[in-house]
Amino acid sequence: MSDFLMPSLGADMDKGTVVEWLKKPGDHIERGDVLAVVETQKGAFEIEVFEQGVLSEILVPVGTEVPVGAVLARIDGMVAAKAPAGPPPAVAPPATAASPAAAPPATRPIPPRREAPRSAERPRISPAAARRAAELGVDVRGLGGSGPGGAITIADVEAVAGAPIVAPRRGFDPAAMRQAIATAMARSKREIPHYYLSLPIDLGRATEWLAEENARRDVGRRLLPAALLLKAVALALREVPQLNGFWIDDAPKLSSAIHVGWAISLRGGGLMAPAIHDADRLTLDQAMAALRDLVTRARTARIRGSEMMNPTVTVTSLGERGADSVLGVIYPPQLAIVGFGAPRMAASIVDGEIRQRPMVQATLAADHRASDGAGGSRLLAAIDRHLQKPETL
Amino acid sequence: MTGAQERQKTTYREAIRQAIREALKRDDRVFLMGEDVGRYGGCYAVTKGLLQEFGEERIRDTPLSESAFVGAGIGAAMAGMRPIVEIMTVNFSLLALDQIVNNAATIPHMSGGQFAVPLVIRMATGAGRQLAAQHSHSLEGWYAHIPGLKVVAPATLADARGMLWSALLDPNPVLIFEHVNLYNMEGELEADAGPVPLAGAVVRRPGRDLSVITYGASLHKSLAAAEQLAATGIEAEVIDLRSLRPLDDEAIIASVARTRRALIVDEGWRSGGISAEICARVAEQAFYDLDAPPARLCGAEVPIPYPKHLEDAAIPQVDTIRAAALELVRPQGRTA
Repeated sequence: MSDFLMPSLGADMDKGTVVEWLKKPGDHIERGDVLAVVETQKGAFEIEVFEQGVLSEILVPVGTEVPVGAVLARIDGMVAAKAPAGPPPAVAPPATAASPAAAPPATRPIPPRREAPRSAERPRISPAAARRAAELGVDVRGLGGSGPGGAITIADVEAVAGAPIVAPRRGFDPAAMRQAIATAMARSKREIPHYYLSLPIDLGRATEWLAEENARRDVGRRLLPAALLLKAVALALREVPQLNGFWIDDAPKLSSAIHVGWAISLRGGGLMAPAIHDADRLTLDQAMAALRDLVTRARTARIRGSEMMNPTVTVTSLGERGADSVLGVIYPPQLAIVGFGAPRMAASIVDGEIRQRPMVQATLAADHRASDGAGGSRLLAAIDRHLQKPETL
Repeated sequence: MTGAQERQKTTYREAIRQAIREALKRDDRVFLMGEDVGRYGGCYAVTKGLLQEFGEERIRDTPLSESAFVGAGIGAAMAGMRPIVEIMTVNFSLLALDQIVNNAATIPHMSGGQFAVPLVIRMATGAGRQLAAQHSHSLEGWYAHIPGLKVVAPATLADARGMLWSALLDPNPVLIFEHVNLYNMEGELEADAGPVPLAGAVVRRPGRDLSVITYGASLHKSLAAAEQLAATGIEAEVIDLRSLRPLDDEAIIASVARTRRALIVDEGWRSGGISAEICARVAEQAFYDLDAPPARLCGAEVPIPYPKHLEDAAIPQVDTIRAAALELVRPQGRTA
């Protein structure tokens, strides 16, 4: 028997509201199943379970707000729980530390979702619900069905898509998210001594390689520059590990896994940076798929708890229409944030000549308690080096 | 003219009798024949009094040979008469199957249209009167399989009153199935109620949550079940097929596309029945609108039993229709 707790989905979260239970007592549970949907200031998140067993009891009914660490349900487990790697919740009440599921982060991270073996069983869904899900862009995997034989019906699809029946899933409150961002950013600037570095990087080779590569690909499989940036940062962090991890209890706690939090601005206003797990081990295609998937889900409030819990670094890329450069504010308790401005054609000196080249300003804001400018410089240089060899990314 | 039509209390049996009387009066080519239709007044008393009113030439008692008098009816129709043939029950019509399927249904086609067969055959169908396994079956679905025939099942007083004349006007053989449990059904009918179209399903009760597709006596059980379902917040749309051949695909599919759930209620057996045909059409034409598998509530696959409790258990009833609808709409017993 073990406890399923209200997780901390970021340093700025101290309580959450259960808005949906996707399993009921007696249901068999597999590692990675989504058990509940929890609403926080940042919106609604799907909370997975990290063990296998049977859900024996639900202690917190839908609609109830409880603090981080509160026991939401009890699980008759058959395999010991292993929480995802990530910082322990900084604002969790003391009781949390004593409970088994909030034990010190395991060294082994949960496997990235898309590498997990997929169930061969197709979702049981009515034809009309399948069509509706496609229209609404709803991912029906893991969705509970209320139709005959437990099939997913239109009502089930519309409920998660935020149609009137279950408003809280999309009932994201921009004011609450603003408050959450304010808390985290104020804490960051109050506690973290930032230092800033920047390096203009020539994207010429990367751009040419991308154009050639994409010319060979179907439209649906084309790569965007963001995938290269993501991969380059992840590989560079392997070389400069002191920038990957957390600052906890006055000491650096480095992470061997590289989970890149990708900053996504939301259409309703606000921002989140959910994790792309083990980004250094993804192929470019996998990185591209992960980015697409994450952005889509962030904008439809389908982000999973584990993705909010454990990014080890943040990347913010302003994209084509952004400003020239961004000097980020670190998301505590992380150690660094890497920024990319908008790529622009600029004059650059190449082989003694002034040439027009596509340039991007790469920046780093890092925690001076954990690293120094030399390490930070090595990171930016490594990012540059990787971007000059796009074919090896 | 002032406002509402005058309405008269009547029964299903009386509505059919009035339809026969009207036909006999309007067209002297019309005559009625069958077993015990004259002196006895019909085994379900539908034709009582007609022999006295119209005489032996037009109300003809026949020998106990379905094959012979149905064949005679076909010949009379081909020769220009407008015969109404009554067969006591659909089970007995099997003795005339050769006449109906091999002759009536085919002659217009095989003669290249030279011969029409404007024959009307009325027969009783269905269970509920403890008449046991040789008088209680619902075999109308079999006839609905046969091209060349039209198969109708009046379930209301207006249809009982109005379908006969339309059937007589039709150049094809038309089979009218009268459910035995409907003969005593009482209700009101407009004094000048007249012919109604043969084909075309009708929504007898609009609803949004599921379509109950039925005909004959099951219509009234379905309407009663729909009333009970409404009390729990489920709005069932009830469709009266009226005609089993042709089936009104358009009305069926339009309803299912709205409600996204189909329950077919049919006293006939499930295997190879008309319910299977409707199910297939729903799946073929409304697949992407379905929010649940099409469901069927049919007669149990047994010869209809004689004991009352077993006979009741063998065919759809109000409570089983309600349960089947709930299973389709709220399988987990959720409340509204």
